[in-house]
Order: sequence, then C-alpha cells, then structure tokens
Amino acid sequence: MSTLAPPQSETTATPELDAVRAKFPAGSILPQDGLDQPVWIVSKDVLFDVARELKENPQTQFDMMLDLFGVDFPDREERFEAVYSLYSLQRKARLRLKVPMREDDVTLPSMVSLWKGLDWFEREAYDMFGFGFDGHPNLRRILCHEAFQGHPLRKDYDPARRWILTEDKIYKPHFDLPETGDEMFERMTINIGPSHPAMHGTFRLMAVLDGETIVASDVEIGYLHRCFEKMCETHTWQHVIPYTDRLNYCSAFINNVGYCRTVEKMLKVEVPPKAIWARMILSEFSRIMDHCVCNGTTLVDAGGLTNFWYMFQPREEIYGLLESVCGARLTVSACRIGGLIQDLPPDFEARSRKLLEMIPPLVDDVEKLVNKNRIWIDRSVGVAAISGEDAVNWSWTGPCLRASGVGYDVRRAHPYDLYDTLDFEVPVLYGGDVYDRFRIRMLEIRESLKMIRQLLDRGMPSGPWIVDDPHVALPSKEACYNQMEAMIYHFKLIMDGISVPEGEMYSMVEGANGELGFYVISDGTGKPYRIHCRPPCFPIFSAFPGLIKGGSVSDAIVSLGGLNVIAGELER
Amino acid sequence: MSMTGESWVTTTFDTLEDWAARNSFWPFPFGTACCAIEFMSTVSSHYDVSRFGAEVVRFSPRQSDVLLVAGTINDKMGPVLKKIYDQMAEPKWVISMGACACSGGFYRAYHVMQGIDEIIPVDVYVPGCPPTPEGLIYGILQLKEKVARDREHQRRMNRESKDQEKTQSVNTGAPTV
Repeated sequence: MSTLAPPQSETTATPELDAVRAKFPAGSILPQDGLDQPVWIVSKDVLFDVARELKENPQTQFDMMLDLFGVDFPDREERFEAVYSLYSLQRKARLRLKVPMREDDVTLPSMVSLWKGLDWFEREAYDMFGFGFDGHPNLRRILCHEAFQGHPLRKDYDPARRWILTEDKIYKPHFDLPETGDEMFERMTINIGPSHPAMHGTFRLMAVLDGETIVASDVEIGYLHRCFEKMCETHTWQHVIPYTDRLNYCSAFINNVGYCRTVEKMLKVEVPPKAIWARMILSEFSRIMDHCVCNGTTLVDAGGLTNFWYMFQPREEIYGLLESVCGARLTVSACRIGGLIQDLPPDFEARSRKLLEMIPPLVDDVEKLVNKNRIWIDRSVGVAAISGEDAVNWSWTGPCLRASGVGYDVRRAHPYDLYDTLDFEVPVLYGGDVYDRFRIRMLEIRESLKMIRQLLDRGMPSGPWIVDDPHVALPSKEACYNQMEAMIYHFKLIMDGISVPEGEMYSMVEGANGELGFYVISDGTGKPYRIHCRPPCFPIFSAFPGLIKGGSVSDAIVSLGGLNVIAGELER
Repeated sequence: MSMTGESWVTTTFDTLEDWAARNSFWPFPFGTACCAIEFMSTVSSHYDVSRFGAEVVRFSPRQSDVLLVAGTINDKMGPVLKKIYDQMAEPKWVISMGACACSGGFYRAYHVMQGIDEIIPVDVYVPGCPPTPEGLIYGILQLKEKVARDREHQRRMNRESKDQEKTQSVNTGAPTV
C-alpha cells in the first residue's frame, strides 16, 4: 500500500490558529488544510504546550477534547500517528492535531491534567496501539482483557488472533483512597456486576464504602468489546453498515446515517431529497425510542416498573414502522451509501402520522406518574450532579451535557441535512443531576415529534431513494438482468466494493446520547483503511466514578441509568 | 372432574413434576448486547412471554433453571458466563439467543468468543441478529419439548441402570444396595 496523499485544501485560513502557531518554534507545527477541518501536524516535544495554549488562549478557546485515537501506517518511517480532536464550544470551531511517532518511541505526554475526558481515551490508545502516556495515573488495558498480548489495531495484528483469559489475570481495581489515619477504621469493598441487572449486564463497578457512603470506586469495561474498528478494516465500505447498527443498538438508524454521511462526503455524492427526508424522520423516531428505553430503564432501576411498560409501547410501534421500511426491527441497516435500502412503503406517511398521535399521551402518562412523585424526586434531585464546566472538561456531549446547562447540539451548532430549515428548540436544563437528565430526554422527545410533524407537513419529496450513480449504488434488479452494463456494475460493486477516493474525513451527527462522529481514512482501495467511531457515551461513562463519590450505592445505581451508556457503543 | 364435583386427580409424581418443570421456566437473562433489547421486547406487554410460562426473570443463578444468553460473549466475559452457569442448580438448560452467542456471528475477531458452546453446553440455538421476539418464543417452546423428552429419557436411563444393577447383583451374589 502506498502512503496516503495529503488531502486537498478546502477550508480557509484561520488567523486565530496562526497566532498560536507563531508562538512556537518554526517547524514544530505544520498546518494542513483538511477536507473537513484544519489539521496541525505537531511535533511530540511541543504537544503538551501547544495543547495547553490552544485550550487557554482566549482567541482559540478549545475547551473540549472530543477524541483521541491512533492510526498505523506500517510503510511510513514515522509509523504511528496519534490524532487529537479539539472543539471550541464558543467559536464552534474544530482542530485536529496529528502527532507522528517512530515505532521505537511511542510515548506521549499525558494530557489528563488538561482534559479529564482524555483519561479513558489514552488508555484505549495504549490498549489498541501500545502508545505510552507519561504521567497517566492508571495506564492499563481498558477494552481487551489483561491476558491479551499485542495491540490489535496495529496493521500487523491478525484480526482473528485470540487470547484466553485466565483466572489470575482478572482485572484488579485501582482506587485513589484517602488515608484515614485510624487503625481501627475498616472499609468495605463491594463488587457489582458485570452480570448484574443494574449494571446493564456488561459493566463492573467496584466501590469502597465507608458505612453507606462510596469513598472511591473503579469501573471496569470491555465486556462487550467486539472489535468494530478492526472488523471495518476487513470489510468493504458497504459491509460496514451492519456493524454500525450494533454500536448504539437502541437507535441503530442514527449510526447508519452518521456513517453513510461521512462516506458520502468523501465520495461527494448528492443524496436524493427523498432519502434525506426519510433519514431525518427515522432518525428522530430512533431518538425517541432511545430516550424511551433510557428513561424507562432508569425508572426501573429506581423501582418504578410501570413506566417501563408505558415507555416500551411507543418503541414497539416505532419498530413496526422501521420493519415496514427495511424488514428489521432493531438492527435496521436501512441506509445505504448514497441513500436508502429501498423505496419507502406506500403507507409510510400514514403510519408516521399515527405514531405522532400515539406517542404524546404515553409520554404524558409517564410524566404524570413521576414528575411530582415524592419518591422519584428524593431519589434523583441533586444526585450525581455535575457542573457544566466539569461536563465540558470530561468531553460530555448530548442530553447529559445539556442537562448541565451547556446547550451544545450538533443539529443546531453544525446543522446537517435539513435541520437548519426546521423550527425546533434545544432544551437546556441547569441541575446537571439525574432528575434533569431524565427531564431533558422527555423534552427532547417532544422536540423530535415537532420536527417529524414539520417534515411530514412538507410532504414526501418525489424521486429516487438512492443516488443514481452506478459506482456507488447497485443498479435495479431489472436493469441487472437485462443490460450488460448494469450487470458489470453490479458485479464490480459486489466483488470490489465502492472505491472511495484517498483522504480522511470526520463527520458527526447528533446521536441519541451525544455527538456521534465517524473518522474515516481511505487509501483508494475497496476497503476502509481506518474507521474510528467517536462514541458519545465513552467519555460520559469515564466520569462515573467521580460522579458517584460521596453518594450511596443506591444513588450510583440510579445515576447509571440516566447516563444512557450503551455497551455496544462504549466498547465498540 | 367438574362434572362429578371432585377436586382431585390421580397421576404419578413424575408426570406432575414434568408438567411443572416444562411450564414454568425461571430464566436468567444473561443479556449483554442488542439481543438483550429484543429480550426486553419479548417480556414486555406486546409479546408477553408469560403466556408461555417463562416470565419469572431471576437475576440470581441460584434461583433460575434456564440460562438465556442474549448477546455477544467475548473472551473477557467468558469466565463470568462459565461461573454463572456453574452456580446454577441442576436441572438446568441453556438457550443461546442470536448469532453472536451461537457462533460469534459476524464478529470473527480477536476478542469475541466464537459461540458460547466453547465453554458451556447449549440446548437450544435461536438464530437471528437479533432474533425477533417470535423467534425467541419459538426457541422457548422448543426447549419445553426438549425438557419433556429429556426427563423421560433420564427416567428410562435410571430404570435401566437399576435393572442392570439388580441383574448384576444376582449374578455375583452381592447384596443389592
């Protein structure tokens, strides 16, 4: 494989960035214009200072570190690349820092002191690529088990090579325990999960208790790490779509859209209006059903089972709609690169309108049951609260961030598809606690319904459901059986897959629990070179041990549900 | 019975036990991934698995007799699953729900177990990714039949081994136990 060509310039120069760059020695920062956002290639020695300057300089204000991941280029002299993704809430600007590294020297400075949200991202980069981070408090594997050898996302790692976990290698918790100075004092350590209903079956919480109060805790994840990013590299671009379904499986459709949009941007194809219209409606329905499950299970964890049955009813009806569109209920794979899987069913609009009638009363019922319920209020108000500033520092996005008073929503800040033409509000609450995280999802359900109503009122656009480009979309069966050319295109697409031009791209959508981004690199062959998913709940869950400190175990249980941590997306 | 006004019935204890065992499963939902969401649909009001006597979901392996593995099991989770299975009391059965639990599904990958039958025995495999609730209910019904068959088979084996012991003891002259 050849080394990748530098991307063509599309973005304009940014004076703020140039001002920061001028403060550092020439040659230590090389700016590049990415296809999607400005890119800096930063030398390892100045990385920490550059990052701190970018964060603290009032002109740049990159207060959020969205993501960190590695890329491996075995043919390059500087084989590895660590990629940092910065975001400024104030300026709505993005910047990508790339740090090239030689194979024999892969240690970077840890930046957990600047952005707490990097804690788990750095551990993941260590686990997947073997990067070292100087000064990280707890640098150990996070997704793979402790008996694992090698670093799976390196290109020379065989995708199917497994290691068996033995009893003696099971994770030992890491606590930051304050000294008591009292010899008679005794603490108790309890373990919850991974096979525990309150831990959603896949998380393990180890907490040190002083009486009933949690003084320290550690969370272990990785019980559902199923190698999404490695699997993408062994499949064609279209084949990745079913894998994206299984990231956030509570709202699979949004993942489809996020991935397909990224690849479409690289291909520069124009998606037909009908497909965009349907994608938006189904995305909003998916968001509603994700919020329904999240709020339903939160209330189950708090002991209110009735609400779960109420909240599951709309979900079941939305499943019906999705089933009529693509034949599957949960893991839909209903998008294709360039459009949709097939034409919409004739009763699509009627069914959607029926759902609009049906959902509000059920949501009302649940709100009537809980909003003024003494037990629920006592269990949730002020529990696991986080300030907006901290939430940003932990790289939170989505409803959890908006419940802490920061109104960042991708649909509003960086509108995609038709969101800039819709009339909707981004609800913001200020408590930052379990109660507000619950309330904000209820408000968002109503906003989503509002959006769907507006889209339905505009009427279904006519025309095709997928782009008419034989290099991207399969020709119809009829054409395929009757025309030589169509059959050749069909054969090429099935055997070789879509050929995406060389380059890299990051694009994001507002997922049900935050900014869901896909970063893809193509080397021009039929398979993706690297796909990285920016999982919204990964940084959210990394703040969990801090959130539950000082509360009781029952507070910890009730706060986990409200964070909407979906294992498939958390661990990929 | 109702015609004669009597409120009793004669049967053998074995028949009664069989009937109870196959009509009141207490599943332990070992749900990890997407399949667990479909399992939630199955127990919810729309599909209502209690119609088939399998709604008493227990989260303690000591209280349940069907281990319902719903979702991908990876190498990290393997020891946990094995421990849960070992903690369940006999008689116990296992339903493997979904492609991942059956075979690893489309995750032929470095951290995913290629089917839970690598570590525990499985009675019913339910295909699908994830299976529809109808599919899971069909699997539960299949397990019902299997339980009835198994118990019948077990009794026959017990009888035969007892008969064999008897004949052996007659032949050797040793006292029967």
